[in-house]
Amino acid sequence: MSKKELNVSALQNGTVIDHIAQGQVERVLYILNLPNYDDQIYLGANLDSKKYGKKGIIKVSNKFFEPEEVNKIALVSPTASIIEIRDYDVIKKGNVQISDEIKGFVKCVNPNCITNHENVPTWFDVTDKKEIVLKCRYCEKNTAKANIEFI
Amino acid sequence: MKGKSLISINDYSKDEMLRILDIAEDFEKQPHQPILSDKVVSTLFFEPSTRTRLSFESAANQLGARVIGFSDANSSSTKKGESLKDTILTVACYSDLIVMRHPLAGSARWASEVSPVPIINAGDGANQHPTQCLLDLYSIRKTQGKLDKLNIAFVGDLKYGRTVHSLTIAMCNFDTTFHLISPDELKLPSYVKQHIKNKKLEYHQYRTIEEAIGKADILYMTRVQRERFADPIEYENVKNSYILTKNQLKGCKENLKVLHPLPRVNEISENVDNTPQAYYFQQAQNGVYVRQALLATILGA
Repeated sequence: MSKKELNVSALQNGTVIDHIAQGQVERVLYILNLPNYDDQIYLGANLDSKKYGKKGIIKVSNKFFEPEEVNKIALVSPTASIIEIRDYDVIKKGNVQISDEIKGFVKCVNPNCITNHENVPTWFDVTDKKEIVLKCRYCEKNTAKANIEFI
Repeated sequence: MKGKSLISINDYSKDEMLRILDIAEDFEKQPHQPILSDKVVSTLFFEPSTRTRLSFESAANQLGARVIGFSDANSSSTKKGESLKDTILTVACYSDLIVMRHPLAGSARWASEVSPVPIINAGDGANQHPTQCLLDLYSIRKTQGKLDKLNIAFVGDLKYGRTVHSLTIAMCNFDTTFHLISPDELKLPSYVKQHIKNKKLEYHQYRTIEEAIGKADILYMTRVQRERFADPIEYENVKNSYILTKNQLKGCKENLKVLHPLPRVNEISENVDNTPQAYYFQQAQNGVYVRQALLATILGA
């Protein structure tokens, strides 16, 4: 039992994505394109959290993310924090940030939007960072948090 | 504004809108000015809209520009599967400015991003139709002598009508009181009302024209379409409440004008046409001056 725990908690090098909102672990995996990753990944869901009640966690060995990559997570889990570990030491810790604009990875909710018909990368302005509302630069319609679909 | 595309009414500041209206006034005084005789304007209508297309073509012709284009997508390469980007890049080789109408929302913005020549949006799906909005503003200012402190009543389908949404947002730049007359099913969407609230302007909602007509300086009519109702009985119950007749104009303000984006079906009785309040055909005429002002400004004449 203790050996198993050691395996899970001791990341020599890599990234811990902590405080993932409940129910969002799988989406975060997909957003970061981790189903195709071939090194070790540890997942935890519905873990107790003092701050949020329940939380999810993902630990990815030997992988470090660019800020624009991890900031995508903010759309589904604004509370998530990112911890970078090198040689068992935490070298960087921070929260995900919602960008002012979102380009290319979220689908527009409007079925009549040009981005859903032609080869046009989507482009949104984040008009409400708290509730998470994305305004399409093309059709000018809002995509709300509940309707966010990743491309 | 020279060389700049016009895609959404939100692209123009209040001053820019007023500048276009001022220039349109000059064209109304003298519409035949061959100042664009060295220019070619394309009108690409991926969906038919005869009125809007002819209005643009008339505007371009009166300025001496030559016009090329197509009036529906069946006669263009779109039918063969060409992308919008390729169509725009090709047509940009043949013309100095592109006027486009397209069934998909956002198509005009995308075109303006790929096009080396300016684009004027003549309607992109349910999204924007900024030249309609400017000609509405022009008609309001011309008939009332001002844009501030007016009572504007919108009648009919306030939920889906992009014309109503754009004009409401544009009139929020002025000290407007809004009177919103519609069936419950077709009320103005909350995101548009939010613009009114943000500017701390007044709005009132009604179910019948009679309740509000006495207060209005402008009565902006739109059509209530049967297909907007889930329950056809509901449509039958309300349809006559949104038809304007000559009788209803009794007791209206002297300066009241009735506007309509056209085409009209039956929402304004023909007996209104000869009243001093009817203004919808002059409104269409004003569209030519406003489009002349836009073509001349954007092409830098």
